[in-house]
This record gives sequence, structure tokens and C-alpha cells, in this order.
Amino acid sequence: MKDTQTGSVRFEGVVKKYGDVTALKKLDLAIEPGKLVTLLGPSGCGKTTTLRLIAGLEMATEGKIFIGGEDVTHLTATYRKVSMVFQSYALFPHMTVRENVAYGLTVKSVPRAEANAKAEDGLELVGLAGFGDRLPSELSGGQQQRVAVARAIVLEPEVLLLDEPLSNLDAKLRRHVREEIRQIQQRLGLTAVYVTHDQEEAMAVSDNIIVMNNAEIAQIGTPADLYEAPNSAFIADFIGDANLVACDIEKVADGAATAVLDGQRYTVPSSDIANRSAQMVLRPHALNLGASGLPGLKGEVTYAAYLGKEIQYTVQTDVGSLFIISPVQAEPFQQGDAVSVGIVADHARIVAA
Amino acid sequence: MKKTILIWLALGLASFVLLPWHMTDDGLFDPRWITDGVAATGLFGTLAGQWWLAPAGLALVVATILQLTIPEPVKRARLTLGTAGAGLFFMAVQGLIIVRAGPRVFEGVLTGDGIMAGQAGMGAGAGICAIALLFAATISLSQSGKGQGDAFVVSTIGLIIALVGIFVFFPVIHILVRAFEVEGGYSLTQFFPRFFSSDIWGLGCLIGPRSCGVAINSLFLGVMTGLGTTVLGLAFALIFTRTDFRAKKVLRVLTVLPIITPPFVIGLALILLFGRAGTVTEFFADLFGWEQTRWLYGFWGVYFAQLLSFTPIAFLVLIGVVQGVSPSMEEASQTLDADRWQTFRYVSLPLMRPGLANAFLLGFIESIADFGNPLVLGSGYSVLSTEIFFAIVGAVADPAKAAILAIALLSLTMSAFIAQRLWLGKKSYATITGKADSGQNAGLNPVLKGLCYAIALPWAALTLIVYSMIIFGSFVKLWGYNHSFTFDHYIRAFGIDFENRRLTGVAWDSYFTTLTISSIAAPLTAIVGLSTAYLLVRQKFVGKDAFEFSTMLSFAIPGTVIGVSYIMAFNFPPIELTGTSIILIIVFVFRNMPVGVRGGIAAMSQLDKSLDEASITLGANSFTTVRRVILPLMGPAILAALTYSFVRAITSVSAVIFLVSAKHNMATAFIVGRVENGEFGLAIAYSAVLIVTMLAAILLMQLLVGTRRLRRTDRVQQTAKAA
Ligand SMILES: Nc1ncnc2c1ncn2[C@@H]1O[C@H](COP(=O)(O)OP(=O)(O)O)[C@@H](O)[C@H]1O
Ligand SMILES: [Mg+2]
Repeated sequence: MKDTQTGSVRFEGVVKKYGDVTALKKLDLAIEPGKLVTLLGPSGCGKTTTLRLIAGLEMATEGKIFIGGEDVTHLTATYRKVSMVFQSYALFPHMTVRENVAYGLTVKSVPRAEANAKAEDGLELVGLAGFGDRLPSELSGGQQQRVAVARAIVLEPEVLLLDEPLSNLDAKLRRHVREEIRQIQQRLGLTAVYVTHDQEEAMAVSDNIIVMNNAEIAQIGTPADLYEAPNSAFIADFIGDANLVACDIEKVADGAATAVLDGQRYTVPSSDIANRSAQMVLRPHALNLGASGLPGLKGEVTYAAYLGKEIQYTVQTDVGSLFIISPVQAEPFQQGDAVSVGIVADHARIVAA
Repeated sequence: MKKTILIWLALGLASFVLLPWHMTDDGLFDPRWITDGVAATGLFGTLAGQWWLAPAGLALVVATILQLTIPEPVKRARLTLGTAGAGLFFMAVQGLIIVRAGPRVFEGVLTGDGIMAGQAGMGAGAGICAIALLFAATISLSQSGKGQGDAFVVSTIGLIIALVGIFVFFPVIHILVRAFEVEGGYSLTQFFPRFFSSDIWGLGCLIGPRSCGVAINSLFLGVMTGLGTTVLGLAFALIFTRTDFRAKKVLRVLTVLPIITPPFVIGLALILLFGRAGTVTEFFADLFGWEQTRWLYGFWGVYFAQLLSFTPIAFLVLIGVVQGVSPSMEEASQTLDADRWQTFRYVSLPLMRPGLANAFLLGFIESIADFGNPLVLGSGYSVLSTEIFFAIVGAVADPAKAAILAIALLSLTMSAFIAQRLWLGKKSYATITGKADSGQNAGLNPVLKGLCYAIALPWAALTLIVYSMIIFGSFVKLWGYNHSFTFDHYIRAFGIDFENRRLTGVAWDSYFTTLTISSIAAPLTAIVGLSTAYLLVRQKFVGKDAFEFSTMLSFAIPGTVIGVSYIMAFNFPPIELTGTSIILIIVFVFRNMPVGVRGGIAAMSQLDKSLDEASITLGANSFTTVRRVILPLMGPAILAALTYSFVRAITSVSAVIFLVSAKHNMATAFIVGRVENGEFGLAIAYSAVLIVTMLAAILLMQLLVGTRRLRRTDRVQQTAKAA
């Protein structure tokens, strides 16, 4: 079995309750070794709880947890081969950077010289060689973040956990650090579980994304899967922008559905949607705005914003208000113009209403 | 873990075989017991016919065998837990049943010469056996569940529960039992008439010339003091936070002084001012020909003294509350065109209501638990705390009456304590330590400001005068009669004969005892308090609420009640401690423990929890985490807990006065004795020395905290330069 390998993580029917609050409803998931998997979802959906369950900082109310094929359900954090990078970094303020990084080794009674040498290697890996004698308070936010990563990886954990590791960094630094984390993870072949609520960040770093909502898994897939084949209105809306429009399904055949929208028929790629009434997912980039009279949905521009490389429109149509992004044209539409919105059926998707 | 259990078991076995099981007359470190021919250790005692000692040894042996033979960890842990638990249980039972004197349970069943002879209190051997069994049990417990719990955490919980059980609950239960005692036995039916007698709860003073019961007196005094201190505290807090009053520093000092003042000293100073021969009394007598009365020695005197003593506590609570009222709310109110009075009346005051209730309840509890001021001033107004004392040490000692009065007092403080907990919840304490809001609070409206000044400033002046009296009074020959300057009192108390290199002062003995015992008690209090705080803030376990409640309970048990319960519970086997210095140390540790817990909780809450969690996920266990991460970061909190418990141990009198002995006398008890003899000069001189001693201790501690900080910034600067 694949998940007996070092670094795999498996949840079997894991439930977590805090008193009356159910933070996780019956969670089943499997994470393959060497992959970076993101837990993505709106605030309060149970991402941190899931991560803490893997770390052993919380104990499951029901169900079983396996790491590297071994049942660790009742093992506390001290005894799990898992390291965690905290949102607040949690660097020990009274220890130097080197002491921080070597901490996990010294509590395991690794001789001091060896621990220091490994800590130095770890610091070099995150590009902080020579910073060992500083205190955490003498480092910038991004540097502290990297110390936290170094401290977690020198223990050679089976699984590396990161809880919103970039949320305390400014926007520019965020992109840079997330690339570094991804590179280190790939170089060392680590299994990593990465929590974020930022879908762009998740798409950028992950092999796989687990989208969570309301204490449940909403969908699991690669970034492309989630964008191109959302299985619910929630996913469609959460991963990239989307207009959701109610439509009727006439028939489903050969992986394509025939949908009726505003009296017009569209043949949309789809998995099997059984319901007659469904929602069509229309990405803002995949809508063509044209002069009125052209085929498509009739509408009126209610808002237009010029952003340099593109123009964003809000168009009021019979099926509802649509958000459209179009490239800069010679003569952009103005607020109040009558327009028609063309739908490219190949780029549209169908999800349950 | 197996190794740790085995080490404890081996230690237990060794002490069972080698150490004297019972307390020896010669003290802990005197080896005379080895040669005196009496079979003394657990093992030899058992062989010599004290068969009831066997279970403890047996449990140790069986547990060791279990540890060595059973391979399966969970089964091994469960069996060991059962064995150790049974061992502890039988140890406790034999200790309670086979006693030297007093009423005995199972008298009919257990007969025989050995049993009738009884046994002495438990000693070093028994103590170490019990601890070994306890830790064997707790470590096993941590292994026996489905989860692999943390042995250090479970053991700490177990130890604290055991200690609180033995040194808080056990003595209080003793009082309850003693209250049912009648001549030659126990009676349930006699208790109620005696408890509800008019001596205690009578309302005679309301309808006629008769006086009220002591409990009613205490209640009335408590309510009055609670109200008074709350109003005064609020006035001070408002002045401090909402006005541009110049001398705020002086106000601050006034709030620290009473903490380092032994409780009866204010009463003493009041006597010097307002007593029959007091300065103020004489002044008015000369001026207006008023009669010199003894009005001070009654309700008003005690009330006055308590207001002076406890207003600072209300101030400390209320300053947090007043600052906690978010300025943005007040600003919001003002932008809605409310004037400053309306803002105060309809926004700020309602927001402060829980804080005010909290301050009132604290003042109430402090007042009815207060012993020093009523003792010095209350000869015309009897309250529970002093009546309990007189029932024990008075001409006719009546322990049963003391027990009944103690229950009455306990039920009052307990009701207030429970009311506070129910009504305000846990949050109320957060306001004590809460951080100040950074915004700008609305100023007071002029009338209110005037009112605050009118209430608070005369009061502050009076406090200053009272403290100057303490200094001044110690340097005059005989207060009220002969005001010539003298060092006599200091020489009598702290004289040194340099030629013979001898300390001739009468106070030296109790002074050194006090310092020694306080310095031993302070670190122990800090350890117990901070570990409890750690468990409460950082650990999750079953029954945590009950655990917190029981550790906070001793806060609601008045010192007098603790004192009485200790002499009742620890005067005879199984735990015989009266007359030793150990009992003084223990009483301080458990009386001041809630303060350590509070301080610890406050400090621990400021440490981000992810620091511990980071340490744990990096493979450290709880013990290592505490040692390497939490303790180093808690330095100031530890020092504060140390200072506070040190100071409280020096100033406390209510519990101590029951427990001192000729050999181990404490400063406060000594001073009370001098007051009773009318030696005010000596008493005040001694008090002044105590206050100075504590000030020095506080400054020293502050200095230590200060240099710590300095060193850290030094290091920061150096490394910054190097980089
Ligand atoms: N220690 C706790 N006690 C009670 N409820 C909690 C606790 N931790 C988390 N929760 C609740 O569990 C839910 C999931 O929280 P969390 O996993 O932190 O969400 P997020 O996805 O934002 O990380 C939330 O509703 C939160 O309020
Ligand atoms: Mg979170």
C-alpha cells in the first residue's frame, strides 16, 4: 500500500469537537509522500484544526490518524515525527537563531557540536548562514519566517506543517518566500501540509489542494482541476472569480450537457449533472462583450473600470448581473451602453444549483 | 517512563526499609532513632507487630514486580495504578484509624494492645513512601488511558490535588466535624440550635438595646467596608486616569504601602491619633472641652481602620476597570452630543458595573476575614474572626464553639466568593491585570471631578498622617503622656551588645524566625502557584474547573479559620505538625497560593501559546518545555510571585497567631502580644522595622528584574553592532 510509506498522512473518519462546536465532521483524506498539499478554505472552516490534529496538538474526538502507515491517533505531539511552522513563527525570544534552530535536536540529546553544525546547515538552506548569533528580535519578518522553517526542517520530519506561514509578510515578500518554501520542499522531497485562506497562494505552491468549507472537504484536486472542473458553486466561486447563473439542463450525454439559458441552448463540457436545474459557471475572462445586436445575452453596462491592462465591466442582464474582464479595446463601452454578452460554451461549466 | 516509575518505587522501598516511619521526637536529621531500640522503620515496625504498616510496603513491592514482569504497557500501567492507589488508600485509612488519642472509628473491630497504644504522626519514611506511591500512580495513569498522556503534567496535577486535599480540605473538614462535637460524642441535632443561636445571628440591635450576633456584626461591617472602599477606590481611580492631577506618583505609593503594612499597624496608628490619649482627641478636648471617649474601640474604629487598609485593593481593581472602559465608546457617546456627565452616567458607569461589584465583593471578603484591626480596636464590637480566636485562647477554651463560629465565617466568605464567581465569571480577574487602552478617556465633568477630589484627597492626607504616626510614635517615650524623643523602643527590640557579641533585643528571635520562614515559604508558594497556573492556562484535563475552584478556595477561607482548622487537624496523628516551623511554612504556602496562581495566570496568558506548542512539536516533552521555554520567559512574574508571597508571609497575622510556639515565634504574633501588654512604642518600632525590611526586599527584587532587562538589551546592542 502506498500510504505505508514514510511521510504519508491518512485520516479515517476523523471528527473533532470542541464541546458543542463541531470543528470537523467526519474527515477522510490521504496525502501522498513528497507532495505539497494545501488546505484551503474560508476562515473558520477547520483548516488549522486539521493541521493541529496531524501535529498531535489536538486529539481526535473520533476516527483514526495514520502517519507513515503508523496509527498515531493517541500519540501526543512530542512523539510524532512532524514539525510545524507557526503563523506567528513562535521563535523563542530568549534564544539566539542558532539555539532556536538547534532546539529540537538538543532536546533529543544530540551532542551540542553536532546540533550546532546541523543548525548551521539548516540556516544555510534557508539563506541565513551567518545569522546564527542574532536574537529573533534582530531579524526582519521574512528572516524570522525562514528561521522558523529552518527550525522545523533540521529535524528531518516525516511531515512538515505550515499554518498560514506568509500571513505576517507584506505582499511582495509573500511571493518570494512562498517560492522558496516550495523549492526547499521539492529539493528535500518533504511531505508538506500547507494551510492558507488565499486561493492564489494555494494555486501557486500546491501539488494538490484540499478545499474545505463548513468543517468538511468540499473538493480535492490539482489547482487546474479545481479551476476547470469545480464540483460545486462554492468551489467555482472560491477558486478564481466566477459568475454563477441559474440554467436548465435538457440532457447530458458524452460528457457534455445541453443547458438552456435565457432561451438559448449551450453545449457545455460537464460531468454528469442529474438535476434539471443547475448553475452555469461563467469565468469573467471567458465572456465576450459586443455591441448590442450581436448574438448573446442582452444587457446594459452599469459600471466600467479602466485598469490599464484590462477593463472590468459590470453588466446587468436578464439572467442577473455579470462581472466581465475584457482586454483594452480602441473604444471601450461606457456606463449606460446597451451591449450583448457572448458566452463561449467550451469555457463554461455546469455545477449543481 | 518505566524507568521513572521504577526509580520512584525503589526510593519508596528504600525509605520503607531504612527511614523512620513515624515522626521522631528528635527531629528529622537526628540519627538517634537508629540506636534507641524502638522498631522504627516501616519494615521493622511491621515485623514488630504494627501490621497495619504492611500495605504500603506491599504495594511498593507488588508494583515493582508488576513493572518488571508485564511486557504489555497499557496492562502494566493499569495494574500498577490499581496497586499504588490501593497502597495509598490503606496508608491513609490506617493513619486515620489507628491514632493515639481521641475518638476512634471501628473501635469494636480493631482491638489489641498494639492498636490501642496507637502510633505517632507520620514521619519521613511514611512521607516518602506516599510520594513514591503517588507518582507511581500518576505516571501509570498517564500511560493507562487510550491516549499517551504526559507523565509530568499528570504527576503535577496529582501532587497539587494531594497537597490541596491534605492542607486545605482536610483541615476544613476537621472544623466541620468538630462543630458537631458535644461532650462525649457527636450530635447532629445539637448543631443547628447552636449554629443558629442569637449569639451568632441575633438581630437584637435593630429592635432594642441588646447587641446583635457576631455574624451580623461581621456582615454589617463587611457590607459597609465593601461599599466604602469601592467608593473611595473609584474616586482614586477616576482621579488617576481621568484628571491631570499632579501628584499621581504619591497616590501610587499610597497604594503600595498597605501591602507591606502588617494588618494591625493602621489600627495602632489610629489609637495614637484618636484613642483616649490620642493626639487629635486631646487637641479637641483641650480646645472644646470635649470628653475623651473610647469611641474608637468599637464599630467606627474598626471601620475606619479597614477603610484605610483595604481602599488600595479596591483602587487596584478599579483602575483596571476604569482604564478598561474603551475610550472609543466614550468618544462615540460624545459625538452623539452627550455631555461629559451624561457620558459618564450612561456609558462609562454601566460598563464599570461588573468591576464595581468585584471590588465590593473583594472589600467585603477582606473585611470579614480581617483579624488584626478588630483585635486591636474591636473590644466594643465583636466580630467572628476575633471571637474565634478568643474561643481558642480565651480563659475557657471552647474548640466546638470556635468551630461553629468558623463555619459561620466560612459560609459568609464562601457565599461572597461563589457569588463573585457566578456573577462575574472568570473574566472579572482579567480586568485586574488588563492592559490599559491606548486611547484618550473622556475627562470628568467638573462637579464629578470636585467630588472625587473631595472624597479622595482628605483620605490620602489621612493615610499619610497615619504612616507618619508610625514613624513618629516609635521615637517618643510614652505616647500621649511623654513625648520626649528616644531610641529606647528600638534598643529594647533590636539592641546589640557589641562587647559580648550578643543580640540583646527582645525582637531578634522572632525577627529571624520570620525572615527565615518567609524566605522558605516564598519560593515554595511561587512553585505551587506557578505550576497550578501552568496547568490551568496551558493544559486540558478532565475536571479542570473543579481543580481551579479548589485551588482558589483558600482565598475565600479567612486566616482565622485556617489557623483554627490547622491546630485542630494537625495537633495529633496522622499528621502532627503543631509547634514546628513546618506548619508555619505550610500555612503560608497554601494561604498565599491563590496570589501566585493569579500572577502566574496573568504572566502565562501573555506568553503566546504557540511557543509551547512549537517546543512540543519539536519533540520536547512538557517538562523540558517548562524548563527551557516557559520559565526563562517568566522571570518577572516569578520575581513578583516571590516578592508578594514573601511580604504576605511577613505581614500575615490571623492564621499565624494560632500556630506560633515559644520556639518558633513570628514577628506579627510577637507584636500583637506587645500591643496586648500596652507596649505601643515597642510594637510600633518593630512594625516600622518590618516595613523597612519589606521595602528593602521589594527594592532588591525590583533591582534584580531591572538588571535582567538591562543585560538583555546590552546583548541586543552588541550583536547588532557586530552584524
Ligand atoms: N480551542 C477551540 N475551542 C473551541 N472552538 C474552537 C477551538 N479551536 C477552533 N475552534 C472552532 O473550530 C472551528 C474551526 O477553527 P479553525 O480550524 O481554527 O479554522 P480555520 O480554518 O480558520 O483555521 C471554528 O469554528 C472555531 O471557532
Ligand atoms: Mg486558522
